[in-house]
Amino acid sequence: MIEEKTTKEAFKPRVLVTKIGLDGHDRGSRIIAAWLRDAGMEVIYTAPWQEISTVVKLVQEEDVDVIGLSSLATDHLLVPKLMTALSEVGYQHVKVVVGGIVPDADELMLLDAGVSKVFHTGSAKNDVIEAIGALANKARNSSSSITFN
Amino acid sequence: MKAKNDDKPWLVRLLNGERTVLAKAISALENETDEASTIISGIYPYIGKALVVGFTGSPGVGKSTLVNSYIAGLCEEGLRVGVIAVDPSSPLSGGAILGDRIRMAAHEHLENVFIRSLASRCHVGGLSRATARIVDVMDAAGMDVVVIETVGAGQSEVEIAEIAHTKVVVCSPGLGDDIQAIKAGILEIADILVVNKCDLPLAAHTVRQLKSMLSLRDESPEWSTPVVSTSALEGTGVVELTEIIKNHEKMSSNKKEGYGKGKPQQRVLRLLANSAADEIKKALLQDKSEEISTICDAVLKGEMIFSDAIQRLIKGSLPCKQ
Repeated sequence: MIEEKTTKEAFKPRVLVTKIGLDGHDRGSRIIAAWLRDAGMEVIYTAPWQEISTVVKLVQEEDVDVIGLSSLATDHLLVPKLMTALSEVGYQHVKVVVGGIVPDADELMLLDAGVSKVFHTGSAKNDVIEAIGALANKARNSSSSITFN
Repeated sequence: MKAKNDDKPWLVRLLNGERTVLAKAISALENETDEASTIISGIYPYIGKALVVGFTGSPGVGKSTLVNSYIAGLCEEGLRVGVIAVDPSSPLSGGAILGDRIRMAAHEHLENVFIRSLASRCHVGGLSRATARIVDVMDAAGMDVVVIETVGAGQSEVEIAEIAHTKVVVCSPGLGDDIQAIKAGILEIADILVVNKCDLPLAAHTVRQLKSMLSLRDESPEWSTPVVSTSALEGTGVVELTEIIKNHEKMSSNKKEGYGKGKPQQRVLRLLANSAADEIKKALLQDKSEEISTICDAVLKGEMIFSDAIQRLIKGSLPCKQ
């Protein structure tokens, strides 16, 4: 639960829950979206089949802190391309997590590419929420590319 | 709009319509950070050019899909379009699922379109309390049209009337009997009434009901509210709707009184009053003092009438007393 302040709005993590690639199994991403909502986060939810360029534009416009990618049919292999695209526009501070069916052998490859965390099947609800909340805080604090003064 | 020489670097980038700066500015306004007032005073000289169009209506009538078809036409004309899509926050957890973009997927990749999803953050009225400020910052960033899509509104979420030049109220066929149509509330604020999903049965009937509701109203000399049938999915009626919105814009720009009803200062006052009411409510609900429970007890037992209790609550429990 996110703490409420009385005058200013409390920090609400903004999380994009999406799927890239051609796989349409979206039950998992919907469950995650609902968990994060119930934990007090603001979740931008998209349909599956997103293109990488669309995800990048969406991350910019929505000013998200964390991207959660669901992958159940090898779409995780596209994630390094997304990581490159994000750093090309200077959005390395946004944290990326991948969840779903990811072979152990590929997990290292994803972490090497800059993914913060991989959630395998059977991950506990509280672990997912805590990890994403902590990553969101980290992302928000390290994003100081633009100052208004 | 062209920046002046002494403008700060962030402002120059914002006025040039840089996506990332606009997004960060919106976040600052939404979160009411210390930077918010700097942003507002910076952009203030540059606002007031964009046409602001509001789409409101009950959940599921097709607002997002209709907005998607509407912005398609604007993009074809080469206009820059900002979209603010508001979805409800959970009153229990404070979280939200923002899913309006799903229906706008056909254009969200276009350079000319900037879509931002906002959570209502439990502000009642169909918008979030920062919405008016976010319209201004999109305006300053060079959007020709700013489209606001409200939370799926009920019968009385009419705050959009404060902000939009042109209010489009979207209904779907079979909204109830003709008594529903003459009730007070959201239908009254419409500059344009849309019956969406006109491919469904009952659509013609709903159009007739709305038209007969309108015929009972006093006619305004400048504008008579039209009823438009659309099917956002099939694209029918959208060109007509776009044309009518333009005509309404012309009519209201002739009047030259800025957007929304009434003078800008009154609009700010109303927004402030609404936000102050939110704060008082929050403070009262968190107040665990003896006095509050005495008042509640007295009302429960019938020893104190409602209006007296309210007077005592307002006088005794304003958040500013702390």
